[in-house]
Formats: sequence, C-alpha cells, structure tokens
Amino acid sequence: MTTRRSIGFSVFRHLVLGSAALLAVLPFVLMISISLKPPAEVFAPEFRLLPQQWHAWENYAEAFARQPLGRFLANGLLVTLSIFTAQALVALPCAYALAKLRWRGREATFVFVLLALLVPPQVPAIPLYIGLWQLGLLDTYAALILPSTISVFGIFLMRQFFRTVPDDLISAARLDGLGEFAIVWRIMLPTALPALIAFGLLSLVWNWNDFFWPLLVIQTETLATPPLGVVFFNNAEAGTNYGPLMAAATVITAPLVIAFLLAQRWFIDGVTMTAVK
Amino acid sequence: MASAAAPAWAARSGGAAAAIGRMEALAGWTLAAPAITLMWLMLLGPAVAVIALSLTDWTFGAPTIAFVGLANYAELAGDRVFWTSLRNTLAYVAFTVPSAVFLGLGLALLVEAGSSLRGLYRTLFFLPVTSTLLAMALVFQFAFHPTAGLVNQTLGALGLPTTDWLKNPDTALYALGTIGIWQAVGLNMVLFMAGLKAIPKDLYEAAAIDGADGAWERFRRVTWPMLGPALVFVVTITAIRSFQVFDTVAVLTDGGPNKATSVLLYQMYQEGFSFLRSAYAAALTCVFLAFVLLLTWLQTRLLDRRAHYG
Repeated sequence: MTTRRSIGFSVFRHLVLGSAALLAVLPFVLMISISLKPPAEVFAPEFRLLPQQWHAWENYAEAFARQPLGRFLANGLLVTLSIFTAQALVALPCAYALAKLRWRGREATFVFVLLALLVPPQVPAIPLYIGLWQLGLLDTYAALILPSTISVFGIFLMRQFFRTVPDDLISAARLDGLGEFAIVWRIMLPTALPALIAFGLLSLVWNWNDFFWPLLVIQTETLATPPLGVVFFNNAEAGTNYGPLMAAATVITAPLVIAFLLAQRWFIDGVTMTAVK
Repeated sequence: MASAAAPAWAARSGGAAAAIGRMEALAGWTLAAPAITLMWLMLLGPAVAVIALSLTDWTFGAPTIAFVGLANYAELAGDRVFWTSLRNTLAYVAFTVPSAVFLGLGLALLVEAGSSLRGLYRTLFFLPVTSTLLAMALVFQFAFHPTAGLVNQTLGALGLPTTDWLKNPDTALYALGTIGIWQAVGLNMVLFMAGLKAIPKDLYEAAAIDGADGAWERFRRVTWPMLGPALVFVVTITAIRSFQVFDTVAVLTDGGPNKATSVLLYQMYQEGFSFLRSAYAAALTCVFLAFVLLLTWLQTRLLDRRAHYG
C-alpha cells in the first residue's frame, strides 16, 4: 500500500520535474538547434530538433566573420577579471579591518556599507557617466571597469566570514612579527578562500552578463563586452538572419554555462551564502 | 626602590597599550581607506549626486545649471509616459514575482521530496540563472515569432489562440515577464532549498506525534511557518530584481508597442541618454530608488528584525 503510493508519488515527481526541466532547458536547445540550420529550415512551419541539411559550419563561420566575436569574449574576460581583482584587493583589507580591528569610525563605516548595499547599481549611473565624460574616459575599458572596482556586497560577505576566524590565530601571527597588512593576505585570505571563490563566481556572472552599464558607456564595437556584442550583431542583422545570430548567442552564452557545469557546487553555495547573511 | 619601580613599569605598560591601540586604529583606517574612498566615489557620492541633480534643470553638456526645486517631479506627475512606465513596472512585478516565487517553492519541495536525480534537476533548473539574459532574450524573440516560433506552433497544434506576442500591446509586457520568470525560478528554488535544509528534522517528528502524518499536514504545520523568513527574503529579492527589468525591454521591444513595455529604468535610459535630459532622468532614478527602498523597508518590517549583524 505504502510502496504503491510511494511509487505513484515518485512517478508524479519525475513527471512534473521532468516537464519543468524540459521548459528550463528548451531555450538552450532551441538556440543550438537553430544555430545548426540553414535559413530555409529556420522558418519551417514545423519544428525539428536536428537540421535535415547541416549548416553549422556556415552559421558559426559567418558569426565569427561578421562580428569580432572572439574580441567580445576576450573583452568580457579582461573586464570581469580586472573587476574581480580590484574588488578583492579593496574588499579583503576593509573586511578584515571591520571584522577584527578596533578603530574609531568602524561602526560608521559598516553602517555606510549596509546603506550602499541597498542602492541598486543603476542609481549611480548618471553621475558616474558625467564624471567619466569629464575625465574623457567614456568609451574605454576604464569606463567599464572603474565603477565596479568596489563591491560592498564583497566587503559585507567577507566581513561576516572573517568574524568566524578565531582571534588566537591573529594574535599568534602578530607574535610571529606579521604586520596587519601581511595578516590579511597570509592568514585571513587562505581561511576565507571558499567565501572568496563564491564571491568571485557571483562577481563573474554579474559582470559578464551586465548589459545596462556597457550599453551606456561603450560605442566602439571592438570594446564591447559579450552581451553588448550580441546586440551589435542583432542590429547589424536586423533580426532576420537567425542561424548566425543563434550561433553568436551560443558562443556568448557558452563560457558561463560551461563554467557553471564545471563548478556548480561553488555557484550554488555562493548564491546560498548571500541568503544566509 | 622596588616600590618606585612598580608604578614606572605600570605607566610604561599603559603607554605601550595606548601605542598598540593607536597602531591598531591606524591599521584599521589604512586597510579600510581604499574601500571607503571608492565606496563614496562610485556608490554613495553618485547616489547623493543623483538626488541633487534631480533638483536642477541641467541637460547633458549644457554650460549652465540652475536649482529648480521640485519642478522635475512636478513634470513627472503630469507626464503620461511616466505613469505608463510606472504602471507597466508594477504590472511586470505583480506578474513575475508570484509565479517565480511559487514555482521556485514548488520545485524546491518536489526536488527535495525524493532522492533520485536530485542533483540533475537542481543543475537544469539553475542553468537559466547563470545564462547571459541578453543572448537568451534573442532566443525568446525567435520562440515568440508569429509563424516560425515554437510558442505559436505549439499553441496552434493544440488549437489554442495565437498572436504576435511581442508586438501585441496586450501581451508584450507578459511575454517579457515570462522571460523574467524563466530566469528567476532556478535562483528562488536554490534559496528555498537552503531554507528547507535549515528546518530541524525533529520538528517533523514532533508533528508526526501530534498526528500530522500526511504530506499536506506536515507542510501546513511545519514547513510553511518555518519557511517564513526565507519566503520574505525570496519575495523581496525577486521583487527588487523585477523592478530592475531593462535588458529584455531594451533589446526586444524598445518600450513598445506604443509604450506598452516602457518601464521605469527604460524611460530613465531614454530621457537621460537619448534625449540627454539628465536632471529629468535623475528624478526618474530617484523614484526608482524610492520604490526599491520601500521594498527593503517592507521586508524588514515583515521580518520584524532590526538588522543585528553582531
């Protein structure tokens, strides 16, 4: 009786989850499927998963020939890595100072960090744009990188993590003659590596996928980050040439999806960490 | 001799302690200084500046600037497009948040209810979260294509009504909302899974002793009340993210047809960066910020938790 019911439930569970999973991955399937098809089949009245006549090579070759896709990916890598490096270099010492040192202004600083956490990234956009314009930095890598060099979320996350590090560890390091700066990098950083990796992945996903800010500050095609590059592509094709467009979309989406599949535990832990503050 | 030495030693020690304290304060400031500087330069300063700018008449590149008080807000109040954008934004939030939250909760419960294929399902549902929304929006554009799109082909085969989803003013906003839901569900599911894991197992045992042995009874008496804080958190972040809807509007509809998908951020983008009306766009930004802060305030009220990050 119970086993029959549990088999029934199991079938129900897989039926619902299976169909939902199908819907979740369908856009990816559709994207890859179209990227393999010749124009005539793209607009066929009935959908087929695989092309009758393979057109993959032509679509992908055209995607790379029409727009500097490789350049977009390289830009994405350069910008996201620069941003994360800066965020880590700035956030870790501050998080240590907030978690473990006594100094006047510490509480006020932390309150401002919490306040800054509430400000959505689009809010500072207009003044930042004006500032970069006055400095003559619009349409440069600097314009993409500079505004994101600070992550108050990173400071907050690392500070919470550092508070769990025992004080004895730090006292011992001081007795060994380590300065405060050295303690951040040689003692705190290794203990906080899991939190730092989780933060790094979130930073990577956010900055790789961000479209709003690059759209504002970048006009030159060769400086485009991946999402902006896809839009340049879409505009150039006027939304009719779906084969190469989907090939380009596949190329732009692939790095993060592959990174996620390889390191999904870290991704999901990172996301969960944000919830358990 | 000895009696004189003791206070001298004590005094020196006090001085040393003060010196260490000064060293620590100096180290604290030095280590935090780059972060404090950048935080004011890139986030808090510009946020204050945007409020100040909204009280002026400045247009981008203009040589003069004058204080105009609340004139921009008065103009907003009489701006038809603003009210349309605000209504659209709220409708978008009202459409996406309940679906994304309850689908996320349902999936989390179902995935956790069994052990087989749990990891696979989690991976597949989370995949949209990490994908580049902009690229996927173009896929959805194709899926919504009136004749060649999968959506209409499926609906047609089932004998259901079809339309040009992104070009029909009645459906365009909800077509964009569907993309938003698709991307948000996986994130919510993972957050709910973390919430479910945090519920102590003995609560279920206690409920069973009380006679609650059906799945529904267990859910109603233990899971649902215990999930309260997670639910409030998920609703808030989903709502805030929905408020920020921009990418799909910018690439798929340009706010159209006939302003049917114009949302706050998109109007801000147009006013500030197409029409170069910086001050007016700043006022729009302030309205947007006010709504996001209101959501956060509601969250803290609901959780009745005065953030103790002790």
